[in-house]
Amino acid sequence: MSAIPVVPDAAGRFGRYGGRYVPETLIPALDQVVAAYRAAQTDPAFQAELHRLLTRYVGRPTPLTKATRLSQRLKRRIWLKREDLCHTGAHKINNALGQALLTLRLGKKRVIAETGAGQHGVATATACALLGLQCRVYMGVEDMRRQAPNVFRMKLLGTEVVGVESGTKTLKDAVNEALRDWVTNVTDTHYIIGSALGPHPYPMMVRDFQSVIGREARAQVLEAEGRLPHACVACVGGGSNAIGLFHPFLNDADVRLIGVEAGGNGSGLGQHAARFDGGSFGVFQGMSSYVLQNADGQVVGTHSVSAGLDYASIGPEHAWLRDRGRAEYRRASDAQALAGVHLLAENEGIIPALESAHAIGVLPEIVADLPDDAVVVVNVSGRGDKDVAEIARLEGVKL
Amino acid sequence: MTPAPAANRIARRFAELATQKKKAFIAYICAGDPSLDATVELVVGMAAQGVDIIELGIPYSDPMADGPANQAASERALAAGATVRGVIDAVRRIRARSDVPILVYAYMNPLLAYGIERFAADAVAAGIDGVLPLDLPPEEQPELRVALAQAGLAVVCLVAPTTTPARRTYLAEQSRGFLYYVCRLGVTGERTALPDDLAAQVATLKAVAICPVCIGFGISTPEQAADAARHGDGAIVGSHLVRLIERHGRDRDLVDIVSRRAGELAAAVHAVGGA
Repeated sequence: MSAIPVVPDAAGRFGRYGGRYVPETLIPALDQVVAAYRAAQTDPAFQAELHRLLTRYVGRPTPLTKATRLSQRLKRRIWLKREDLCHTGAHKINNALGQALLTLRLGKKRVIAETGAGQHGVATATACALLGLQCRVYMGVEDMRRQAPNVFRMKLLGTEVVGVESGTKTLKDAVNEALRDWVTNVTDTHYIIGSALGPHPYPMMVRDFQSVIGREARAQVLEAEGRLPHACVACVGGGSNAIGLFHPFLNDADVRLIGVEAGGNGSGLGQHAARFDGGSFGVFQGMSSYVLQNADGQVVGTHSVSAGLDYASIGPEHAWLRDRGRAEYRRASDAQALAGVHLLAENEGIIPALESAHAIGVLPEIVADLPDDAVVVVNVSGRGDKDVAEIARLEGVKL
Repeated sequence: MTPAPAANRIARRFAELATQKKKAFIAYICAGDPSLDATVELVVGMAAQGVDIIELGIPYSDPMADGPANQAASERALAAGATVRGVIDAVRRIRARSDVPILVYAYMNPLLAYGIERFAADAVAAGIDGVLPLDLPPEEQPELRVALAQAGLAVVCLVAPTTTPARRTYLAEQSRGFLYYVCRLGVTGERTALPDDLAAQVATLKAVAICPVCIGFGISTPEQAADAARHGDGAIVGSHLVRLIERHGRDRDLVDIVSRRAGELAAAVHAVGGA
C-alpha cells in the first residue's frame, strides 16, 4: 500500500469528507482557532506546557497492559492501552487539556462543551477548573439520566450542566445547543468539541491531541513484543479514541486498524449507531461524512447501550480511511458490549466503560481471522465506574 | 457564479419597490407548520397583505442556526409529514394564485438527499426564486452554489456582525437576490431591541454590496422592522410570525391572524420610504 497522504487539506477536507458547513457567524471564530492552533503546534512553550500537564497531571504515559488471561482464552497476544487510567477516567482529557490551553491562547475566558457519556464533559470541567476558565456543558436529558454520576462530577468541578430537551435528547441535540451557544457568545467563548468531528479544524485538532495514545502504544508494543501489532482495535462514536490510536499506525501497512461501532439492538434505522452499516453521505453538524438519515435527509435518532457511541455521524477521517480501505469497521451489539464488560472484568480485573466494552466484546470475532499468537492492541478508552449503575439496571440487578 | 436571470421575481420586486421609493418587507415561516395546505394559504394571505418576499423554511431535524421557536416549528412540520418534495409542491400550488417572490431557507442535508441538481430544476419549475443556505459558506463545495445558480435560483449569502471586512466584500460579491445581514450574534428569535451598531454595520455593507441589503434576526415589532428598514433596503421577520402560527395553529382564523400581523409589519416598513 502506498503512503497515506497527509490530511486534511487547507480547507479541512479528508477527500470528500470534512469541511466547514456552519452558519456565517462562526467562520471568523473557526479561522481564529485554525490560526491559534497552527501557531501552538510550532510553539515549543505550548507543547512543553501540554506535555507537562499530560505527564504530571493526567498521568501519561498510560501503561500498555498484557491481558494475560484474556490472551490465553483467545489464543492471541492481547495488549490493553490503558486510557482508563488517565485522570478523570478516559482519553477525553488529552484533548480537553489541549483545547483548554488553546482557549487561553485565544484570550477567551469561557468554555462550552457537549457531552454524551459525560466523560468529555468531566474532562472539560476538569481542565477548566485547573486553568481557571468558566465552563458550561450541554447534555441531553436522556444521557443525564444514564450517566448521572458524571453530571454530579461536573457540578463538583464548578461547571454548569445544561440539560437539552430538544430532538432526541441525546448527544446530537447537545451539539446543536452548544453550537447555538457558540453562535451567540462567540466573541468570548471557545467551544471544546470532544470528538474528532464537527467543522474544520476540530477533526484535525482533536486527532492531533489524541494521537498521543497511538504514539505511546506503538513504542510500547514495539518494546514489549519486538514487533508491530497485527491489529489495533478501538470503539468508534465520533471516533476520537480510535483516530488517536490509529493515526500513528497509518503508514504501517501491515497493521490492521479496526473500529467498532455501536450495533445497538437491531439493524433497523434508529436501533443502532453503525454509520458505516446503514448510513449514507450527508452534511451534519458542520461536516460532511456518513450520516444515519432517512430518505428525506432528516437525521434520525440512534440507539446504543452506551451514551458515548450514540451519535448519528462519524468523524470525517474515519469515513476517508474506510473508503480507502485503510481502516475497517464492524459493529458490536448492546449484548456484545455487556459481554465485553464481563469478559474484561472477570479475566483482567478491569471494568471498562460501556463504550470501550464494544471493542472488547467483538474481540472473539475479530481474532478469528488473525493467526494464532497474533499481537492485538485494544484501546480501553475509559473506565466503567460511571456505568456501574446503568449496567446493573440493564441486567435487572437492584443495587 | 452565473447571475440569476433578470426575470427573477426577487430582483423584479426590488426594482418595483425602488421606483415606489419603498423598502422591502420579508416574512419567514416554516413550510409545513402546521401543514403544507396551511402554508399555501399563509403565503397567499401574507402576500395579499403587502408582504414583498416570502422566505419558506425547509424543515430540518437539526437546525443549529435557529432558536427555540423555529426549531419547534421544524419539529411540528416534520411530524406533520413535510418533505422537500412537499415544499416544492406547495410552492407550485401557491404559484397558481400568487406571484410573490419566494426563497427557501434551507440546511444543506435535505437538499443533498434530494439531489442538488434535481432540487434546483424542480424548485425553478415550481416557481421558487432563490435559496438561502444556512450552513453552506460560499467557499464550501462551490459546485453546489453553481448548480443552484445555473438553474436560475438566486443564492443569498449571509453576513454576520463577526464577519471580517475582507470577507464582507467577498460575500457581497457572491450574494444574489439580496445580501442578508444577520444583525446580531446568536440564533433566530425575538429580541427586545435592535443592536446599537446597526447603522454603522449596514453602512459598511451597503458600500460594497451589489444587491439590496436586508436585515434580520431578532426583529419582531413593526417599530423594529421600520427601524431596520431605515438603515437597509429591507427588514426580515421570522420567529415572531412562527410563534403566532404556534399559538394559533389550530384556530380557524390562523391565516387571518398571521396575515394581518404580517400586513402591519409590511405597512410599517413601507411607511419608511426609500432612500
